[in-house]
Amino acid sequence: MAADGGFKVVGTRPIRPDGVDKVTGRANFGADMTMPGMIWGKVKRSPHAHARIVSIKSDKAAALPGVKAVVTAADFPHIASEEAFMGEGPMNFRDLSHNCMARGKVLYEGHAVAAVAATTQAIADHALDLIEVEYEVLPHVIDVEAAMADGAPLLHDDLFTAGVDPKPTQPSNVAKKITFAKGNAAEGFKEAEVVIERRYSTKPVHQAYIEPHACVVAVAADGQVTIWSSSQGQFMVRAYCAKLLGIDIADIRAIPSEIGGGFGGKTLVYLEPLALALSKKSGRPVKMVMSREEVFRATGPAAGSVIEVKLGAKKDGRIVAADLVLKYQAGAFPGSPVGPGCMCGFAMYDIPNVNIVGYDVVSNRPKVAAYRAPGAPNSSFGVESCLDELARELKIDPLRLREINAAKDGTKAAHGPTFVNIGYLQTVEAAKNHPHYKIPLGPNQGRGVASGFWFNIGGESSAACHINEDGTATIVEGNPDIGGSRAGMAMMAAEVLGIPYERVRPVVGDTASIGFTFLTGGSRVTFATGMAVTQAAQKVVEQLKARAAMIWDISPEAVEWKDGKAFPAGSNAGSFEPLSLADIALKSGRTGGPISAEVSINAQGAGPGFATHICDVEIDRETGHVKILRYTAVQDVGRAIHPSYVEGQIQGGVTQGIGWALNEEYIYDKDGRLENPGFLDYRVPVASDLPMIDAIMVEVPNPRHPFGARGVGEVPIVPPMAAVANAIADAIGARMRDLPMSPPRVLEALDGDEPPRMAAE
Amino acid sequence: MPKHHVTTTINGEPVEYLCEPQQTMLDVLRDELGLTGSKEGCSSGDCGACTIIVDGNIVCSCLMLGAEANGRSITTIEGVADGERLHPVQQKFLEHAALQCGFCTPGLIVAAKALLDENKNPTEEETRYWLAGNLCRCTGYDKIIRAVLDAAAVMRGEAR
Repeated sequence: MAADGGFKVVGTRPIRPDGVDKVTGRANFGADMTMPGMIWGKVKRSPHAHARIVSIKSDKAAALPGVKAVVTAADFPHIASEEAFMGEGPMNFRDLSHNCMARGKVLYEGHAVAAVAATTQAIADHALDLIEVEYEVLPHVIDVEAAMADGAPLLHDDLFTAGVDPKPTQPSNVAKKITFAKGNAAEGFKEAEVVIERRYSTKPVHQAYIEPHACVVAVAADGQVTIWSSSQGQFMVRAYCAKLLGIDIADIRAIPSEIGGGFGGKTLVYLEPLALALSKKSGRPVKMVMSREEVFRATGPAAGSVIEVKLGAKKDGRIVAADLVLKYQAGAFPGSPVGPGCMCGFAMYDIPNVNIVGYDVVSNRPKVAAYRAPGAPNSSFGVESCLDELARELKIDPLRLREINAAKDGTKAAHGPTFVNIGYLQTVEAAKNHPHYKIPLGPNQGRGVASGFWFNIGGESSAACHINEDGTATIVEGNPDIGGSRAGMAMMAAEVLGIPYERVRPVVGDTASIGFTFLTGGSRVTFATGMAVTQAAQKVVEQLKARAAMIWDISPEAVEWKDGKAFPAGSNAGSFEPLSLADIALKSGRTGGPISAEVSINAQGAGPGFATHICDVEIDRETGHVKILRYTAVQDVGRAIHPSYVEGQIQGGVTQGIGWALNEEYIYDKDGRLENPGFLDYRVPVASDLPMIDAIMVEVPNPRHPFGARGVGEVPIVPPMAAVANAIADAIGARMRDLPMSPPRVLEALDGDEPPRMAAE
Repeated sequence: MPKHHVTTTINGEPVEYLCEPQQTMLDVLRDELGLTGSKEGCSSGDCGACTIIVDGNIVCSCLMLGAEANGRSITTIEGVADGERLHPVQQKFLEHAALQCGFCTPGLIVAAKALLDENKNPTEEETRYWLAGNLCRCTGYDKIIRAVLDAAAVMRGEAR
């Protein structure tokens, strides 16, 4: 496929640099590491959703032959309440410490209360059984609205709702209330000719990366710490471990393993601080690997939520006012993604009067973690479903309705910014013109559309470019490669250097090998770290030109760099044979030494991402099964550096969204225990559930990136839930407002009449 | 309990090991033999990341005991390529970008190889159902299915 935009490498589809290792089993993931003298760590977890820890007796476990260390909260320093911004979204260091190891109370089933390290896994397991924990069981609360109700069991005595005036005097499970407003929604609704008001809900879903959390940690006698772990950011792991254990950052070297999926769920630490404490106590390297059951009970998930949407429109389709109320589960500690949920809900639309209220609510579930466009899928499920209901009421094509109200360059979003260089409308138009939108549907089949928005972020990134003696290049970057980003880094460097992609080898450096780099998340890596790589390569090109100038004894300004070679810039500069990168590299020792550059930046100007999806379904009226017949996902990707991996991000995000829509949910029993902590009962999409997913890339280049890239990984999960729900409504005439739309619920919807309309006028 | 002495064939080579009676084949491969290409994603046979071929049949090695390997012939991901030469399924996974994180990839490649050993010309639907026991959370399966079908065409001599 020919490269676009006049580029030689950017826009092509080369084989990823780490590919062969990954198809032959040689790539080393979190659990693949061993160290000499290594022992095994395991975690004792709470069987209760909410309980006071009366006592922990570990002497029998400690006395078991082969046990080398036992730790509890008593082995970790007390951490003051302090907001941290190391992960994706805010995290409080004290809460993080208490989440890794319960102190005083357990707040969810699966909450860690103790950890052991022993010479074998079997001995460690046996030791867990010998740890005696006495609990005083407390009343618990699981659901978000139950947790908000008066008299609900309180998780934290010192949690008072922030963002309300006057400041509350009673503690609450509502950690925070946030509001956004534009214009005057109350007045706007008076102008509306049609008002639709609906309530939607979503269940918590897990990121369900296939690789469970894993690490090996070694603490030397002098206190120097080496951490090998699977995470979305080695610098995040280093910072959290330093804080939670009271260690200097320079005393920790965090080495990123290959990462077997994360989707936001590996932007926190769970095991690393425990392994560190166990290693410190035992003097041995400690390996810890979670079971799948532990992953479900104690990590992630994404927030469940209640979404209340009210839209007011003119009969011609112009939306004049909109209300959104979001109640998001944070899990056991504050910090749900309700903020981005509020901001993303209406971001696709130019609505003059908007009122948005969000609640961050704690309950006795695992602390939520980021999951692909955290917060946006929930609010968009509500808004995009409600928009479909409005389109039906107005008898306007749903894509036409989106066109009428689309945000464009110059639109001021309800959450503040004024959009520039956005491609939302282009995604709607591409969807409208796609052959998929015109394919006739059969009986029990339906078609739905939905759009989505994600900010995309930039942030702190470092990258180095080293020219080797033979004219090859090594790129060192600081972001774990979660989906092929190393290929993109090598491609951008090759483009700037003017040498073949195969001559550039990228590596992900540990925390001692490259400057600070914010974690892999927010769809930032190709944008921000790509910018750092590009600038490092550009600095190297300047050095190469200077070396050529030195060899030719002319001014560096008289040298041009083209196709990997130095040329004299015009006849005035003199007449010299071009010098290739390899020629200059070979002579670098005599022209000033090694040629290399490292760049550290705080990248700004990540262009927002917009997407519009079309989904066709077929309903089995006997079983309630929903079959996805066709799926087309249109997205503004800025510029696709490696189109195959951009398509892959879109296809993967869509599939996760389909799972969220149709099957995935956490099921709790009356005691607050998770009943489906495995892939048999928590059903993620499998190959036979899906058709091919047509990823259509619209390219509206982002002028703030050297090659025009936008983040692409997150927005594809935003539209699918509403696209599927809208397709089901089209197929069976019944509107499903609660996820997941699993076969029993679809059967209920088929049996019942459509729920009464609440405020249709 | 005494350890079992097992004599088996792994990736064409004779192998002997001692294992605990309760030790799974996956733990033997990973912890005793250093073959960490087979991955543990669930240890309940639901995710397929540990897929191996035992006497021609695909098996989740987390559901098989190490002791059961005695006298069998086993292929793991480490034995799919012929030395430096990748199997067509491996090559097509690379060309189609059929992997993102790469964690499920070994199991998928072993399962796909077994499919093509048995069926030279599978349909898309047959391929999807054959691979339904191998979870991939990254790709949405689209490029995986294309890679396997393309590899089948290569093995039939109809494509390169």
